Amino acid sequence: MRGRCVIAGIGQTAFGALPGRSTFSMHAEAVRNALDDCGIGKDEVDALLVKGPTSAPELMYGQKLAEALGIQPRVGGVWDQGGAANASLIAYAAMAIEHCQCEVAVVTFADNPKSGSRAAYGKAKGDGALFGWFGTPAQYAMIARRHMGEFGTAAEALGAVAVAARRHGAANPRAQLRKPLSLDEYLAQPPLVSPFRRDDCALVSDGAAAVVVMSARRAAALGVDKPVPILGFGQGQTSWDIIQRPVLTETMAAQSAATAFEMAGVGPPDIDVAQFYDCFTITVLMTLEDYGFCAKGRCGDFVRDGAIEHGGVLPVNTAGGLLSETGMPGMQLVIEGVRQMRGEANLQVPGARTCIVSNQGGVMHTHSTLILGV
Amino acid sequence: MTTRQSQDDVEAAYRASLARGHLSFQRCACTEAWLPPREQCPRCLRADFRWEEASGRARLISWVVYHRAYDDAFADRLPYCVAVVELDEGPRLVSNIVGAADPEALQIEQPLQLRVELERGIPVPRFTQQDIPESTAS
Repeated sequence: MRGRCVIAGIGQTAFGALPGRSTFSMHAEAVRNALDDCGIGKDEVDALLVKGPTSAPELMYGQKLAEALGIQPRVGGVWDQGGAANASLIAYAAMAIEHCQCEVAVVTFADNPKSGSRAAYGKAKGDGALFGWFGTPAQYAMIARRHMGEFGTAAEALGAVAVAARRHGAANPRAQLRKPLSLDEYLAQPPLVSPFRRDDCALVSDGAAAVVVMSARRAAALGVDKPVPILGFGQGQTSWDIIQRPVLTETMAAQSAATAFEMAGVGPPDIDVAQFYDCFTITVLMTLEDYGFCAKGRCGDFVRDGAIEHGGVLPVNTAGGLLSETGMPGMQLVIEGVRQMRGEANLQVPGARTCIVSNQGGVMHTHSTLILGV
Repeated sequence: MTTRQSQDDVEAAYRASLARGHLSFQRCACTEAWLPPREQCPRCLRADFRWEEASGRARLISWVVYHRAYDDAFADRLPYCVAVVELDEGPRLVSNIVGAADPEALQIEQPLQLRVELERGIPVPRFTQQDIPESTAS
């Protein structure tokens, strides 16, 4: 089903602090913008697939949202894979469309941890509180330290990811954090939870983003401008909590990418631009390795000298990613991938024809890959 | 096991062992050994296990050093070290490395030694770099 479904529309709210906005209100704005973007009405939508708000899980949230949007979808509900869910839902939408379960799917996400509660991010699990084992940054830092110990990965490699994201975000008028960062400034920062510094960590952000998925044939019939074909997708679930994970420096991202590459009929050398889930800098480095852009343990060599910056061999997160555009878990990366394939990105990669997008969740527990084309 | 043990049962057994100064883990008839306590073997999914006391020898898988307190109870301990530790017998657990002069200078795979200590009255398994006798802090 390579390329038989497309992303026909994209929409978002502002990113940053949106006090006083419920997630339903933010969803409504993003969905309206996505429908306007592809020029169709709400009555065309017959599937509503939702990643629930991370900061406030709620039963039947997908149905409550459908009511708030005035939609009675054939296919609908919430899918929980943490930060992998948005990309996975786009894949499920394509599969449901391919098998005649629905025709036009909206995939949407909204959350307001910046203005609302972010308690869900800091709590300890099980016995963790007895050891002071709090917060998500420490869990990713535990993986980063192992990677540094096994492969000699230096702080400069982590820093290169932050520097690239911040350069791209600074150029993005809609980014939440538009302050560039030099490698020297990064290295001079005090540790937060070592080996991480503050700028290894994603932003906390309010906002929503949505996409409209339909068949390429339907998009042509509706006269959609610049539909972006979904060439491939895949998933992989590492599952084990990092305490129990036998190998900390490899994840099922490799399996996810291999599935997507096979479906799309392309490989790493064919990719012109990447949008990698960068909740923490180590995630981008390990995704480069697990996806096959460099050998395991060699990410530090790969990211040197601006290689992942706009103008480099593989521009990554050209709108700033979770580190600079918005801490939203993943949909902004899909939207930037669509803009790159339309040739409409703020930092457009000239002639880009293939974009890979990663979404991942938990502490590298879940992984999902999309490959977009033109 | 003739009687199926609940999650509460296996956690109580784990705590009782710590209170006696030992770190115990479950071992299945299929030979799989694990922590944290579970109702059944994560490999064969049967509930045919017994408890074993760990030797106390372990190695360092990875560690982080907190320079910011995410909870007030740890504010006066900064910087402190949280680690993933693998027992010689196989099970892994989250713990603290205590008594390290420079926690940034630890090395992955370095040998560790169990030391059961009290945390706000609750016995917890911590680790040191040196081979020192196991003791229960009071």
